[in-house]
Order: sequence, then C-alpha cells, then structure tokens
Amino acid sequence: MRKILLTLSLLLFFYNNAYGLITVDITRGNLDPLPIAVSPLHVDPKSEKISQFKTEKLGEEISKIVERNFKSTGLFNPLKKDAFVQKPDIAHLKPRFEDWRLIKAQALVTGKLLIKDKKLKVEFRLWDLTAAKEMVALSFTTTPNNWRRVAHIISDKIYERLTGESGYFDTRIAYVSETGPKNQRIKKLAIMDQDGFNTKYLTLGNELVLTPRFNTTNQLVTYLSYFKNMPRVYLLDIETGIQEVVGNFPGMTFAPRFSPDGKKIIMSFAKDGNSDIYSMDLETRVVEQITKHPSIDTSPSYSPDGKYITFNSDRSGLQQIYVMRSDGTQVKRITHGAGLYGTPVWSPRGDLIAFTKVRKGRFYIGVMRSDGSGERLLTENFYQEAPSWSPNGRVLIFYRETKSDSKGKGFSAKLWSIDITGYNERRLKTETDASDPSWSSLLSK
Amino acid sequence: MKFNKAIKNIFIVLFSTLLISACSTAKKAAVDTTDDVYTGTETVKYLAKGVPDRVFFATNKSKLTTASRDTLRKQATWLRKNKDITITIEGHADERGTREYNLALGERRANSAKDYLMTYGVSGKRIAVISYGKERPINPASSPLAWSQNRRSVTVKAN
Repeated sequence: MRKILLTLSLLLFFYNNAYGLITVDITRGNLDPLPIAVSPLHVDPKSEKISQFKTEKLGEEISKIVERNFKSTGLFNPLKKDAFVQKPDIAHLKPRFEDWRLIKAQALVTGKLLIKDKKLKVEFRLWDLTAAKEMVALSFTTTPNNWRRVAHIISDKIYERLTGESGYFDTRIAYVSETGPKNQRIKKLAIMDQDGFNTKYLTLGNELVLTPRFNTTNQLVTYLSYFKNMPRVYLLDIETGIQEVVGNFPGMTFAPRFSPDGKKIIMSFAKDGNSDIYSMDLETRVVEQITKHPSIDTSPSYSPDGKYITFNSDRSGLQQIYVMRSDGTQVKRITHGAGLYGTPVWSPRGDLIAFTKVRKGRFYIGVMRSDGSGERLLTENFYQEAPSWSPNGRVLIFYRETKSDSKGKGFSAKLWSIDITGYNERRLKTETDASDPSWSSLLSK
Repeated sequence: MKFNKAIKNIFIVLFSTLLISACSTAKKAAVDTTDDVYTGTETVKYLAKGVPDRVFFATNKSKLTTASRDTLRKQATWLRKNKDITITIEGHADERGTREYNLALGERRANSAKDYLMTYGVSGKRIAVISYGKERPINPASSPLAWSQNRRSVTVKAN
C-alpha cells in the first residue's frame, strides 16, 4: 500500500512538473486520504446470544468503530457501505478485487466473528485492491465485553500496516471532568477510551483534583488532589481504586509525572514561595531534589530514555523552557522566542518537545526539537494548554477554554487533538466539560 | 535602579490617588487598575473594620505594591491585637497562565503576603498558606478587570 501512495505522489509530482498548474504544499497533512472500504464483519449464525447486546449487529458495530477511528486520523477516507459490492462473508474469503476497485476503494477490510463458549473469536483481513493481495490476516479471542477494544485493535493493526507506524486506537485518555459554574467548578478524575466511550469517573468531586498522568503500563495515574485542603501529589490504581499520597512534604506538591520506567514520580514542591523539582522513588520512597533555584521550576517531563528532564522556569524573569540531565546538572534554556513558554512534554519518540506558548494574549500549542530549534506552532486560540502525546508521537491532545462574559457565561473547557503536521484539528467527545488530558500508551502491545 | 523604581511607584500611587479622587463622581471602572494591579474595592471584604482581606498583583508578579503593603500592615496590626486568631493566606492567579505555573505563582503570592506580615510581628506559626492557582476566580469574566481582581492573595480566618 505504501507503494500505491508512493506511486500516487510521484504521479502528482510529475504532473506538476509537466503542467505547472497545481501546487502541492508538501508541509501539509494528507490531502488525499486513502479510500478504504470496511466491510461489516460477518457474524457466524452459530454464535451464542449474549444478553448485553445484539450479537447479530456486532459485526456492523465493530466495522463502524474501525471506520470512525480511520476517519479521525484524516489519513483515510472510509467509503459508504451502501456502495459495497459483496456480502461480508464472501468478501472475507476472497474479494472480487475488480468490483471493489469500481467503487474507488484502494484497500478493503473484511472479517468474521463467532461467539462460542462465552468467548468472542474475531478474524480480519486487510486487502490491497490494486495489487489484488492480502496484506494482513489476524485472528484473536477475547471476552465479548471487550468488543469495542477488538475494533480498536483491528484499527491499530491496519494503521500500522498502511502507515508503517504503530497505532493509537487501543488507548485511553485520563482527564479532569468539569461541571458547574466557572468560579465553583466541580472537578473529578475521569477515564475514557480514546474515542470517547466507556467513561468512568474515578473520584466523586468532593475535592479539587488536577493534572492526572498515566504511567507507562496504564495501571496507575498520578495527580494533584486538594484532599483535606492540602494540595498533594497522589497515586491512584485504576483497577483497585486505591489512592495514596506520595508527595506528602511540608508544602504543596504538584505537577507530577512518571519516569519512563515507571519507578519514579517527578514533581514540583513549593515551599516558602519557591517551587523546585523533586523526584521520588516509588519503591524506596527516597526523595531527591533536582533543581535548586529561587524561581518557579515546574511542569517537569522526562525524555523517553530517562536521561533528561525538560521543565519550565521563570529564572530568566519570564516563563521559559529548559532541558537538564535527570540529575539536575547541565541546565540549558532552549526557548528564546518572543513570548512565554510552558508545559513542555517530551515526545515518546524522543525527537520533539510539545509546549504551550503565550504571546500577545494568545495561546499556542507547538512542537520543537529538544534543543529548541525548529519551533512550529500548530494551533492558536484564546486559551489552550497542556499537550499530551499519542503513543506513536503523531498526535497531540490538549484542552481549550473559551472566553466568558461579564457574568462568567459562555465558559467551556473541551479536549482537542491535532496532528503534529498542524492539520486534522478536532474536538474529542466527552460527557462533561474536560481538561488536563493524559494519553495512555497502547493497552495491548 | 531600585530607587528609581521606588520613585516610579510613588508617582504611580500619587497619580492613581489623583485619578481616583478626580473620577470619584465619574465612571468607577475606568480607574480600577494601575500599572496592571487592581486598585478598586469591588471584591474586597474586611477582616475587621478598616482591615481589607486581600491584596492584588500584576500579571505574573508576586511583588507587593505600596497599597498592598499598607493593607498588610493593617492586617498585621489587627493580628497583633487578636493573638488567638490564626489565618490562611490563599494565593490566586488569573486564567491567563498555564495551570501548573499558576499553582506555583499563587503559592509565591501567598508567601509574599505571609513574609510581610511576619516582618510586622506576626508569628509564622499563625499563618498557613495555600495556592489555588487559577482554580477559584472571584470574578468569572474573561476581561482585564476580572483578571486583575483574580490576581490576589486573600487572608482568611482559619479558626
């Protein structure tokens, strides 16, 4: 399939040279999303009935989730099903390639499922319609309740095969759910699937909670809670619901994040008007002071190899982004542009740092290389901040707040995502207003 | 340099006093901030008669203005007279900064007020501080006036 894309872009290039009529901006996102047909998965009529949902609809539902995932990337164009030319079960055996090509599809996904002995068995195939070849064939077995995840895993496998990069669909997003008026916001920790389904609330809203962040195994979330009116860093086990305080220092602890190996939490500790960066080993509980400066040092984030930390500090007089070795030595300022810079987050690929920039009263989400060069601003708005990376380092999720009138009306907080190309900006569906998103890594690797 | 700044501050204060008296009969909102610091009384509450509960700050700053120091001296006098009272100083920021930086900034603002009270004879043991960052705006509007009212540290009785 990559060959198809390559041929296509080569053709365009050639066309350009030949006629010089169309200009193709190569810095843009994918302007020609790949036409893909996702056939409903064939449901084996021998399947057992399951009380929670209609088994006979399951194949169609799964294909719809796959389509929505593909559409959300901006890289694929899922074709309308009413034009489909073959029944799901027959297409899954062997598609009539020339018929599918007639509806301008370049790739086809087929599959079938069977529920037997309370297990869901799914099989799917990806077909290259131009080359008339099977590209991927996989089958797996899981519990029927996992059917949405099945759709996400299928999406990831296909994304991976067609783009050469790992996917990000079988993931979750932890965030802060917000309700109530602006000056009396009720905030709860929440978690949902990447596509906005299966929302669960992890706290009741009795105390203010902020900035949840996943560990790499997605089992734990570290966050800030105002429990008993003492702002401290906490740890929450998502499965068991057990919470514990980890930043119980004589002052405020905040801005927590896990180290890439999950063994440490790095955070800010504020006391007597000064915020510095500390790390805590979760096993030994040994605390290490990493920065020591009479300025505000906060929002720390490790590089994926754990060797460096990026953070923001106002030691120059204004909030700027710095990089240092993870022991606190070799502190180097990396932002020098006009404006303020904050919330640096290292890409999981290690190549880029995402950040928030404030300039002339406008807020930007951007990326730059880890030495501060190559700054690219992706989106501008009245207020937005706190980018979090998709596990493949291709997409950023962040939150955006709207302006409110003199009575505080019109205020909202929503989650948005944007590709690091600067294209494909979209709002994520959440049950309530939302902020402080944290994108998990892939649940199944 | 510092001396220059002090002179500048004095002028600003003089100027704002003039302005306030000049405009006292005219529109109120026009002179509510001076040099980015709120100088009005719209949101101010009182710990006791003549003892305002809050001071205001410039954007991204935690430096006390002449007016703030005046307010805090009144609070110190009141606290020295009422020795059984303990207080919490809440530090706040406006909505125009990143959340985590604002938490730190609120803490720094609350501590500016605490330090000043301590230099005027109030024991640090009687003063707790807490930062709310941008989480608890007093004025929910998105306007320069609201933001100036939200950049504050508020002294509240804790017992």
